[in-house]
Amino acid sequence: MAEGVTIEFTNVTKRFGSVEAVSDLSFSVEPGQITGFLGPNGAGKTTSLRMLLGLVTPTSGSATFGGTTYRNLSSPLGTVGAALEAASFHPGRTAADHLRVYAQAAGLPRSRVGIVLEQVGLESYGNRRVGGYSLGMRQRLGLAYALLGDPGVLVLDEPINGLDPEGIRWIRLFLRQLAAEGRTVLVSSHLLSEVQQSVDEVVIIAHGKLVHRGTLASLDMVESKQVIVDSPNREGLGWALQAAGYAFRSLRGGVIVDNADATEIGRIAFAAGIPLSSLSQKHAGLEDSFLALVGEEGAL
Amino acid sequence: MRSFGRAIHAEFTKVTTTRLWWILAIVMVAYVALVAGGLTAILGVVGTGSGGGARAPQISDAQRAPLIYSFGSSIGYVFPVLLGALVTTGEFRHKTLTPTFLATPKRGRILVAKLVALFVFGALFGVFAMVGSVGAGSGIMAVFGQDAQLGSSGIWALVARAILAMALWCAVGVGLGALIPSQVAAIVIVLAFTQFVEPILRFASGLTDWSASIGKFLPGSASDALVGSSFYTLSAPSLVALDWWQGALVLAAYAVVAAVLGYFTSWRRDVT
Ligand SMILES: Nc1ncnc2c1ncn2[C@@H]1O[C@H](COP(=O)(O)OP(=O)(O)O)[C@@H](O)[C@H]1O
Ligand SMILES: [Mg+2]
Repeated sequence: MAEGVTIEFTNVTKRFGSVEAVSDLSFSVEPGQITGFLGPNGAGKTTSLRMLLGLVTPTSGSATFGGTTYRNLSSPLGTVGAALEAASFHPGRTAADHLRVYAQAAGLPRSRVGIVLEQVGLESYGNRRVGGYSLGMRQRLGLAYALLGDPGVLVLDEPINGLDPEGIRWIRLFLRQLAAEGRTVLVSSHLLSEVQQSVDEVVIIAHGKLVHRGTLASLDMVESKQVIVDSPNREGLGWALQAAGYAFRSLRGGVIVDNADATEIGRIAFAAGIPLSSLSQKHAGLEDSFLALVGEEGAL
Repeated sequence: MRSFGRAIHAEFTKVTTTRLWWILAIVMVAYVALVAGGLTAILGVVGTGSGGGARAPQISDAQRAPLIYSFGSSIGYVFPVLLGALVTTGEFRHKTLTPTFLATPKRGRILVAKLVALFVFGALFGVFAMVGSVGAGSGIMAVFGQDAQLGSSGIWALVARAILAMALWCAVGVGLGALIPSQVAAIVIVLAFTQFVEPILRFASGLTDWSASIGKFLPGSASDALVGSSFYTLSAPSLVALDWWQGALVLAAYAVVAAVLGYFTSWRRDVT
């Protein structure tokens, strides 16, 4: 296996005509970890990854592997493995032949084909035409292609999309293993829940811009603007909140007040003479923090 | 240089690992054999006087074999063009440019490798087509007791030039595929141009001297000049033609110009 290297995006911008798909994006991804590259559909994830891989030319800025652009890598497949979409195959070609073509192009030994097919669990389907593959099998074949050169860096675009629960479990364990071997793993997803069990670090983008960069745990620290409050006199509490101009929802476990601060809500209840049975600032879950970061339209 | 050899190898394997090439090859051989054999038989029947002898085209014994054998390329050339064009447009259609450019990020190198690999494949198609036209044609000539000229070095030189023409046509197909990435559009253009537009242009250009001097640079005219015999030269014997090597250079120029234009328009584009 090749050394894992650092992926670096430096002020990368991409415009498609009038659409700015990626705006001045800068971040780096370290080896030995799984980094989640998150953002809602249309956030610019695929475009960013394609720029990193030399498939799309940035309007400005650069993305490199330890300082070298993909097009200048001396052994691209031996340095970086990428799986970009589930349908980059000729349907009439067998999986083994598909891999053999690119092994030849990259000067890799033919034995790699069987090895990677086995790694992704397709060893008994290698001689079938890809046209008959399920989406899950295509995702695995995409991974097999990424592993062909035994690279130190893996770049995977939505690899979990379309997998069944068994496939999802498998890929999570597989990514863990790859990172434990010291590889740099960058995985994109539009759903935090899909990858939150696998990733150590997150890079979150929305509308082509970086909105958060840190550990997965750092997402938990994002302040929530909601307060949970309850009272034996819920009706009175409701009147008081309404009078103060707050939006709220009454649930079984309490009343959730939006855009509020616990101290302020306590003061309002006290002033109205409403007894409280509980009062706390809502602890933002990972998913809520994620949605708050990417904006409402992110909740697709 | 090693990386270039690997790219050619991979492009060659791409063709051999799908069914397209042999389906096209089988149809081509059947078509060429049918036309070459059928025409030999018709001319044979007419020539022996059992048909309306007076209206039969005047074909000497010396003309017959080269004319019949040249059908392999003069009507068969559309198959290598389709092969080159379909293989190239297939990369866009099936999005296989992504794994291709990931394995070999130098894109120009892949296009050149494709031209080389399909030139070789076109030559192979040329061999098959010649097997079809020479096989069927000489077989029927034997039935009529005509001289199939299989011992003549001139005939084998024609066969070799026809194989070169087919190889060049396949490269033209690659250039065309890079220039017109839409598979449907490429097929329609290839068929419309080779079956209607060019034959009409060639006929029309032959009507005046000045247009004939342009018409000889049409790809089909260049190809016939390269092969050295075809039913066009028979129907319009006064036709201005290039030398065989000039014909080869003109065809090669079509392939290169189309590929260069394709490189700058579609090949270098963002792969999204
Ligand atoms: N080839 C293209 N031409 C024009 N716009 C594009 C192209 N590719 C992507 N876009 C636009 O760029 C934005 C980002 O798309 P994409 O990178 O696919 O997002 P994601 O992968 O995060 O869903 C979207 O608005 C999309 O419509
Ligand atoms: Mg995407």
